[in-house]
Amino acid sequence: MLDRRELLRAGTGAALGAAGSLAAAEALAADPVATLPFANGERPIVRYPQKRPMLQLTARPPQLETPFKVFDEATLTPNDAFFVRYHLADTPPPADPDTWHVDVAGEVERPVSIALNALRTQFKPIEYVAVLQCSGNSRGFFEPRVGGGQAGNGMMGNARWKGVPLKAVLEKAGVKASAKQVQFDGADGPVMQGTPDFAKALDVSHVMDGEVMLAFEMNGKDLPLLNGFPVRLIVPGWYGTYWVKHVNQITVLDHPLDNFWMKTAYRIPDNDCACIAPGTAPTSTIPINRLNTRSFITNIADGAKVKAHKRTHLRGMAFDGGSGIRSVEISTDGGKSWKAAKLGPDLGKFAFRPWTADVTLSHGAHALKVRAVSNTGKGQPMEPTWNPSGYMRNVVETVHVTAA
Amino acid sequence: MRAIALSALFAVAAAAMLSSSAGVRAAPVAYDPPPETAVLKPGPNLETANNYCGACHSVDYILTQPPGVGGGFWQGEVTKMTKAYGADIPADDQKKIVEYLNAAYRKPSA
Repeated sequence: MLDRRELLRAGTGAALGAAGSLAAAEALAADPVATLPFANGERPIVRYPQKRPMLQLTARPPQLETPFKVFDEATLTPNDAFFVRYHLADTPPPADPDTWHVDVAGEVERPVSIALNALRTQFKPIEYVAVLQCSGNSRGFFEPRVGGGQAGNGMMGNARWKGVPLKAVLEKAGVKASAKQVQFDGADGPVMQGTPDFAKALDVSHVMDGEVMLAFEMNGKDLPLLNGFPVRLIVPGWYGTYWVKHVNQITVLDHPLDNFWMKTAYRIPDNDCACIAPGTAPTSTIPINRLNTRSFITNIADGAKVKAHKRTHLRGMAFDGGSGIRSVEISTDGGKSWKAAKLGPDLGKFAFRPWTADVTLSHGAHALKVRAVSNTGKGQPMEPTWNPSGYMRNVVETVHVTAA
Repeated sequence: MRAIALSALFAVAAAAMLSSSAGVRAAPVAYDPPPETAVLKPGPNLETANNYCGACHSVDYILTQPPGVGGGFWQGEVTKMTKAYGADIPADDQKKIVEYLNAAYRKPSA
């Protein structure tokens, strides 16, 4: 099915703009390009190690977006189609599982260095399905546009993660009473010495909740290299920025981490909607945290044609920041009236929740909409919200179709 | 400015059946990403922009930004790269880069 959200075409070099290099233009000419539906939305379709062809947002460091149709193919996003997001270009790091260690230090009774094999064999593993979504997923749809990675809707995925709870790892080291936050650092890093290394922190109480996990498996297999092999942090219900990849260093802090990645980047307006008037600046900000509620129609692309006066089957998925989905509703009249969709199998409170609905459309143009409400009663706005970093888009999505 | 070696050896498990808790790992395989294809448009100070911007990241970071952005956008980006990301760029070269970006990537048709 041709998905007009990512119109595929043979590249002609146009994706490069006025390409300065003929060789580069020719190299691209042979390759397909996807076009996301916003200006400068052309993305080369490329194939990275352990990945199927994906939308390339950037090459160095690699940032790859999942083709949207993948979300219609299965509730669990396959490892080889799972999105990739890095900040700094000295990545992915060399990762030898035989020598890999995770060091735990800082405000602990006994600093420990745990071998990957010990993580896998000396702890009781846990597993659950959870959505990983980039803070800036869908940033390209912001109006007015904002700078940053111009993602479509494919910087998200849903996988079954297996690993060990951070709680058990930290108990091995013994967290001191002085502990406030726990910092996570991966083996990858910046190119320039002056660039702040990527590290994130969570409150001790959060890390000790028994759910935050050091994962070494994804959908029953080793993590793909570009998704954090051999060990990454899983922070279910929270945005991807905290899901540090290639984890090799855990530091318990007696103060909140105040590096660039916590103090300056990944901040949202400190209000219920994490939003402000377009073009303005927030008066106060907090670190981004829980996912908001989203829902998508996955089987019909914007601009599709469907049969009039016949059953049109709709399906898709919804998710939130960890309470689970209470209900999904569909509108065929642009949001004037709504009807309940049927929820599919429940893979857990952190997972994509599939849904289905059948509608019958009269001749003409229709705006199909989907909206979800979480178990904590959180829904989605009818109009897009805005913040200067382009985070947390969760507007009620619309798919325009013509019935004939 | 140094070129980045894009290839390195990595150990990854080759097959799903080798995972589980057995701790058995496969032999290292080469990580060999596709070549970078994005290039900057011609324009004033192109070489300066290529040298500094391309040292830390591929230039698709620039190409994919929204077209028709406001007057301060590229100045803001260059300031961010130096102040927040520690890029060591002399002031006159920063100015050249901003000039280039404004000339090449501020038009809505970009």
